[in-house]
Amino acid sequence: MMTVEQLLSKFTEGNRRALSRIISRVENRQDGFGEIMDAVYPRTGRAYRVGITGPPGAGKSTMVSRLVQEARKAGRQVGVIAVDPTSPFTGGALLGDRIRMQDIGGDPGVFMRSMATRGSLGGLAAAATDVADVMDAFGMDLIVTETVGVGQCELDIAEACYTTVVVLVPESGDSVQAMKAGLMEIADILVMNKSDRDGADRMAREIRAMLEMRGERNGWEPPVLQAKASFGEGIAEVYGEILKHSEYLAGSGRLEKHRRTNVEHTIKDLIEERLHEDFWNEDVAALLGAAVRDVMDGKITPRQACRDILSASGN
Amino acid sequence: MLDKEDLKRFEKEREKWEEKFAASGLPFEATNPSGRATRPLYGPADIDSLDYEKDLGFPGEYPYTRGVRTTMYRGRLWTMRQFSGFGSARDSNTRYHFLLGRGQTGLSVAFDMPTIMGYDSDHVRSHGEVGKCGVAIDSLKDMEILFDGIPLDKVSTSMTINAPASMLLAFYICVGEKQGVASEKLRGTIQNDILKEYIAQKSWIFPPESSVRIITDILAFCADHVPKWNTISISGYHIREAGSTAAQELAFTLADGFAYVEAGIAAGLDVDVFAPRLSFFFNSHLDFFEEIAKYRAARRIWARHMKEKYGAKNPESLLVRFHTQTAGCTLTAQQPENNIVRTAYEAMAAALGGTQSLHTNSMDETLALPTEKSVQIALRTQQILGCETGVTNTIDPLAGSYYVEHLTNQLEEEAEEYFRKVEDLGGVVKAIDRGFFQKEISDAAYRYQKEIEKKTKIVVGVNDYIIEDEKIEIDLLKIDPEVEEDQARVLEKLRAERDGDAAGKALAALKAAAEGSDNLMPRILECSRVYCTLGEMIETLKGVFGEYKEPIIF
Amino acid sequence: MDRKIRVLIGKPGLDGHDRGAKVVASALRDGGMEVIYTGLHQTPEMIVEAAVQEDVDVVGLSILSGAHMTLLPKIVAMLKEQGAEDIMVIGGGIIPEEDAAELRKMGVAGVFTPGAPTTEIVDFIKKEMASRL
Repeated sequence: MMTVEQLLSKFTEGNRRALSRIISRVENRQDGFGEIMDAVYPRTGRAYRVGITGPPGAGKSTMVSRLVQEARKAGRQVGVIAVDPTSPFTGGALLGDRIRMQDIGGDPGVFMRSMATRGSLGGLAAAATDVADVMDAFGMDLIVTETVGVGQCELDIAEACYTTVVVLVPESGDSVQAMKAGLMEIADILVMNKSDRDGADRMAREIRAMLEMRGERNGWEPPVLQAKASFGEGIAEVYGEILKHSEYLAGSGRLEKHRRTNVEHTIKDLIEERLHEDFWNEDVAALLGAAVRDVMDGKITPRQACRDILSASGN
Repeated sequence: MLDKEDLKRFEKEREKWEEKFAASGLPFEATNPSGRATRPLYGPADIDSLDYEKDLGFPGEYPYTRGVRTTMYRGRLWTMRQFSGFGSARDSNTRYHFLLGRGQTGLSVAFDMPTIMGYDSDHVRSHGEVGKCGVAIDSLKDMEILFDGIPLDKVSTSMTINAPASMLLAFYICVGEKQGVASEKLRGTIQNDILKEYIAQKSWIFPPESSVRIITDILAFCADHVPKWNTISISGYHIREAGSTAAQELAFTLADGFAYVEAGIAAGLDVDVFAPRLSFFFNSHLDFFEEIAKYRAARRIWARHMKEKYGAKNPESLLVRFHTQTAGCTLTAQQPENNIVRTAYEAMAAALGGTQSLHTNSMDETLALPTEKSVQIALRTQQILGCETGVTNTIDPLAGSYYVEHLTNQLEEEAEEYFRKVEDLGGVVKAIDRGFFQKEISDAAYRYQKEIEKKTKIVVGVNDYIIEDEKIEIDLLKIDPEVEEDQARVLEKLRAERDGDAAGKALAALKAAAEGSDNLMPRILECSRVYCTLGEMIETLKGVFGEYKEPIIF
Repeated sequence: MDRKIRVLIGKPGLDGHDRGAKVVASALRDGGMEVIYTGLHQTPEMIVEAAVQEDVDVVGLSILSGAHMTLLPKIVAMLKEQGAEDIMVIGGGIIPEEDAAELRKMGVAGVFTPGAPTTEIVDFIKKEMASRL
């Protein structure tokens, strides 16, 4: 296995295999990834980060593929991170976004990586952000992260992006309503995809009504667009809105603010992760075991157990 | 059928019998690979509501459940039509003469992947694939060699080709012209069933709308010029091979058929003119009785819908005339000789189901294309079936069987339910777009595999009756590796010797017709006559119609 | 947490039969692996590019069209060119034993023909991966 120095050397030369291997180490949190992150971080800051999210079946991958093609027309180097859920039962995952983005798969100006959620509860957002940082450091101008907008951590990933595009599709069903409630909060741009399907107009009206209730956020009123991604319709408009939003953020100082917030979150997450790791050593785990037994036996309450463990572990 | 009193009495006796069965402790229902639960016994009550006239009828009479022709096999045995092709046109021509010499009664052409996907043999994407799973046909020149010494007014030829079907048909017509056989005399079939490509076989080129336009052009052209030609072989074989159940095969095939009927009508064609030339192609899988019931249900469903929904008046419009192929997916790579037996059972089911044409698989097809020896056995299987077993002496012998009639009814009900689902989704093309069929099929395929691995379904030689470290001792067919280079040379020569000007003009005319609404067939024929290649014609159409991208459904 | 095994399942060439590829992909997912299915009609270039970008441990190729003796070795060679010869290549489909033996000599780690239980493939991959750590 290559040393970190060897890998970084190839990375800075622009070797894509090195980029790919570094991404793996970062994703797996192994093999010197912390050292790698420290080394590449100074080179980040160039890439604009866009999040694409929405319910399953909305056509997000097709949308991403088309948007990337728009970006490529403008000469941008693009990184794509496509997140798919890990099965809670088997621990495996079918990462099905790449197959939907074949138009861009062979483009040397695009680098795409599929990531599984791996059942983590917050680790994913950190890993995905780190992977985006690596791509940024490699030289990407634009990084598009696609997630299924169903879990909190996936919403967190979207939040870390500067512009979040929420893709919806005309569909009857309450699940979409519930979904919209969460997604509405983070949407900077809303796209109704597959707009040739029944119910498109009605849904567009519903969405506009919901946005009106939400009101503008950060001085930006999210536009509601219609598109048919698989036909290439409406894509230029979506891309245009992304550019507009990026200009707005830059001009209003909000981009800077967003970056600062991200950095703060990252530092806090790292500290919490470290505290967590440092705290739960073998001895403390044993204390936990004993405490559980005591609670089950009715000797103490869970809160008492907490106090006991903390004081016993020197806190 | 039975009077009320008899029925009550029978039911009581049946209950008593079922109690005896239950006392044995054995499971009451057995499940077949399609997921169908089968009881240990069927009786009069199961077909009590069967109305002979309404539900069965007579052979050659509505609703055709018992067969499409009055005389069936007494008048004419099914056509023995072995799907065949490999290497160069000359290699395949030799095999066709061999098969005809061994008693085959119809030709069936298998094309290689480049031909199927519309690439010439010297295209970069054809590399490694030329002649490997079928014959390489790049132009009329190859077609002339393929049918060398075969009089087209004396044979019927089925061509398994879909997206480029119009071109292969044009080549065939041109070969006829050179032999002095008018197109009105040509008999045969082109598979030309693009909807099932999107669903199962996946050898598409253009998107659905344009593909259907090409098909309606073919329907119109053949109605006027090639009236004896079967313009579509609406297929379930591939759907089944991709892993579907019997009910899905039945339902999805007929749904596709209805979609073509609707397309033809929408294009302004008279249903009673084009529908008689629609034919079908089914799988014959291992569950013996389910397959027989499936064919009977197919005939009844199609007749009913064509008459009642589409108002067809010509009796020929109501017929499911079909070709059958025994199920490739049931063959094993382990102990391949066993496949001869599987194929024989499957062939019998097809015969008892009233097929018009039959292909029997060779035992070595899980390993390679068939050798002469193994395809001979496959052909002999049909000949023994037809000549020695006596199943052809009477028509639809299983009619009236409690089990088979019950199954036929069940399959019809299940198909109707699927038709409703497809309609709810907005029709076949929309359902394809949503991945409805594809998901049903891949789910069924996955379940089937799980059952084999759990051993709830036994496959002899694979998960039971295994021979450890078995050595395969049969000879396998090898494709001449020179075929690709030879074809490239042929193409070079062709391009050099033809009238390049005429070829260019013909392709331009094809492009213009594609951009407009003129029938494409005459333009394709002109291109063929001046030796435009298949790849050139397809490229021209791709430029106008674009290429299909599959919706990814897992 | 055990490191996840990442597998690319590819359909090289013009062959459109994906029943086996999909069944295997699902089985590998059920076996706890992260699977990327490339879809149909892939060129060797597309498959290798995807394998490199996704940094997979295994590339599984399904070919039923008879073109395996051209496509499989080509992919093995191209992976090597990209500095990715450590990615394990396995194949399946209609491949007679004689060809399979030849392919194994050329660097294909395993060939799984009709009838091979998916559990066999899952176990093979896990065993190989374990021996590489």
